[in-house]
Amino acid sequence: MADRVDRDLNRFRQIVRGRIKKDLRKYMSQGELIGRQGRRYVSIPLPQIDIPQFRFGQKQSGGVGQGEGDVGDPIGRGDGQPGQGEAGEESGGHAIEVDVSLEELAKILGEELQLPNIKPKGKQNIIAEKDKYSGIAQVGPESLRHFKRSYREALKRQIASGEYNPDDPIIVPVKGDMRYRTWKTTMQPESNAVIIYSMDVSGSMGTEQKELVRITAFWIETWLRSQYKSIDIRYIVHDAAAKEVDQQTFYHIREGGGTKISSAYKLTLRMIEERYSPDEWNIYAFHFSDGDNWGGGDTRECVELLRGQLLPKLNLFAYGQVRSLYGSGRFAHDLEEYLGNAENLVISEIADRDDVYDTIKDFLGKGK
Amino acid sequence: MRNTRLPPDLQAAWDEIEGYARGYGLDFFPISFEVLDYRTLYEVAAFGGFPTRYPHWRFGMDFDQMIKSHTYGLSIIYEMVINNNPSYAYLLEGNEMTTQKMVMAHVTGHVDFFKNNMWFSHTNRHMLDAMANHAVRVQKAIDRYGYEPVEDFIDVCLSIENLIDYHAPFILRPESQTNVPVVEQEDEEQTVALGLPVDKPYMRGYINPPSFLEEQRKKQEAERLQARNFPENPQKDVLLFLLNYAPLERWQHTILEIIRDEAYYFGPQAMTKTLNEGWASFWHSEIMTKKAARASEIVDFAEHHAGVVGTSPGRMNPYKLGIELLRDIEDRWNKGKFGKEWDECDDMETRRNWNKKLGLGRQKLFEVRRFHNDITFLDEFLTPEFVLDQKMFTFQYNRDTDLYEIASREFQSIKQKLLFRMTNFGQPFVYVQDGNYHNRGELYLKHRHEGIDLRLDYARDTLRSLHKIWTRPVHIETVLDEKKQLWSFDGRDYSERRVD
Repeated sequence: MADRVDRDLNRFRQIVRGRIKKDLRKYMSQGELIGRQGRRYVSIPLPQIDIPQFRFGQKQSGGVGQGEGDVGDPIGRGDGQPGQGEAGEESGGHAIEVDVSLEELAKILGEELQLPNIKPKGKQNIIAEKDKYSGIAQVGPESLRHFKRSYREALKRQIASGEYNPDDPIIVPVKGDMRYRTWKTTMQPESNAVIIYSMDVSGSMGTEQKELVRITAFWIETWLRSQYKSIDIRYIVHDAAAKEVDQQTFYHIREGGGTKISSAYKLTLRMIEERYSPDEWNIYAFHFSDGDNWGGGDTRECVELLRGQLLPKLNLFAYGQVRSLYGSGRFAHDLEEYLGNAENLVISEIADRDDVYDTIKDFLGKGK
Repeated sequence: MRNTRLPPDLQAAWDEIEGYARGYGLDFFPISFEVLDYRTLYEVAAFGGFPTRYPHWRFGMDFDQMIKSHTYGLSIIYEMVINNNPSYAYLLEGNEMTTQKMVMAHVTGHVDFFKNNMWFSHTNRHMLDAMANHAVRVQKAIDRYGYEPVEDFIDVCLSIENLIDYHAPFILRPESQTNVPVVEQEDEEQTVALGLPVDKPYMRGYINPPSFLEEQRKKQEAERLQARNFPENPQKDVLLFLLNYAPLERWQHTILEIIRDEAYYFGPQAMTKTLNEGWASFWHSEIMTKKAARASEIVDFAEHHAGVVGTSPGRMNPYKLGIELLRDIEDRWNKGKFGKEWDECDDMETRRNWNKKLGLGRQKLFEVRRFHNDITFLDEFLTPEFVLDQKMFTFQYNRDTDLYEIASREFQSIKQKLLFRMTNFGQPFVYVQDGNYHNRGELYLKHRHEGIDLRLDYARDTLRSLHKIWTRPVHIETVLDEKKQLWSFDGRDYSERRVD
């Protein structure tokens, strides 16, 4: 009976995959998935994978229970929002949760958004040496002796020479029968990548704006992780000045004050110079802000920095502008105006959660 | 892989327990135990206990969910048993001996129940073979018509598999289409009401007064109309109706019939969940505590038993309800707490100390296991004392707070609710009312509303499934928020409208 269920399990996974693909835009607009992320799996809630039947609605019915308590005592939560819900309308019901590996998710993402696979920068690939035990030799250290092969050789020799007696099958190997494992050294290209996120944390960036950044970043990472073996991620926050922070701080810090975008670009540049030589690393810089920048020529400085120093070093520079109540949104226009024809620069505006899908497509659609 | 033989220690335990069980008068099919590792056990569980089922994704889904919940330690299957002759039961490899013994004792209870409870009498006792045959037949259809069409059709069938007559004493086979006997219409079909035979003409006006004749005429008229209905009477076995009259291809017919057979096979297990689990728990408890458990095992046993009958506020544990109610019955019949005298006694003190030392408890229990299903079991034996003793209550959803709250501890409302949840075994009553609605070949189903509305979103998708089978517009009459409604699907659009 073994493995019969695998047939059905695979089919089920296939169906799940189809559902996720169909509803990818919806899933991409939910921050929920991020909280469900384990080391290698994401738990995705799938409503309605059930087989529909004529069935009773839940809430109206209640039931019978057992235990202590007075009339009116609560015994459990419903699954809807208090006070909401129209008559006869049921909220999703029991969604089941399905674990999907991050690779699988990236694959779905790639297929659905038609993302091109990234070609790592050609000549800068690092070559790593790797030993692989793949061969057999007649000489070698005893520690690598291949028992089975040696025995087989001895058996062959004894049968051929007539020494072998089936009633008393004693096999005695001689030196010539010995076989040893050998290795081959292969050169493997290894490509590393670093993502440098910068975010404007000035007063005008609210919680919802940060959530948008967070969701976008989740999908960026999911995709890039599937493309590179190992990924470094660095975080920079800036208002009028920039500093490096850890992930937790990045998403939760809130500063006041003005905005000087060039400060973040300078820090990015310094980081690259110190640690990530463009010859060895594929570098991705993502910058999120609400598009407000300090007057007095800072935008001009940013453009200069990008054009002169950053863009030549980067695989991709992506600027995501999230809409906020206060932001003017000017910066995206400026970048577009001065650098619109740069090949590895992408600008995308994220007005609300539904835009995440398109932003990811913009950002990663270039195959850089 | 299958372990077809028990290891010697388990075999010895089984020999011992089988002896005790038979000694108690349990009467079961031969039971063949197999020890499985947890993955295989869940695999079998996903297949509903059978080693072979037709290919379908939902088995994979169930397996995925069970394995996950096992991995997180949320649930553990200790045992599984299938209603078959000989019966097959599975033990989880690596369980300690106490658990295995308890499971074996539990299984004897189940198999005794399968064999002797009258609601199981029509179930196929060679279902193991039948399931394997079903798998082959579905596979043949897949080979011939492709995976997806067959899978889609199975989905459609599963979506209506609950529309069978759970109370049917035996399973009707679909009629062969060519074999419907055409009854010669005799001329006695009268168009004029004759009234009763009258010997003496002068009595006519008295024996058959005009009003009586008029009544007779109307009755005849109604009968004639009735005879033209299709089906003549509302039919509860919707699947049978579809098998007989829906324009199905041959392979579709085969698959629908397979699904229906399996639904009928599993039906009685749903109708007797509480009684069956209660019965098995009663016996594992009896056999273990009085006979099989060694002194060193009793704590382990108690722990497992407590896990089996544990309660949580939001739901009734059928194991708990069943075993407690059976014990209550045994006690009452032992002490003679039944009959007219008992019912009429309203002195609390006398009632409490009532003991006529009849000792009829065991006998009564065996009678209960033969004749009852969950509904009759609870209807007949649930008492106010028991409800009080077990701290039972009803709960209700409160829309304003989004909480489930305790609604009542009244006996009548608890009993009503409990029975209500089990009426038709938790399935809505749905009948075929008219197979030729509007004289346009449309299918008209009627949901007999008993106070709980149907889930609208599910109902819509189910109508879609029905339409795939019937191929003409389908309707279901139901009640939503106390208003009578007709939900329809015509192949393209849904509509909901009020009817009066």
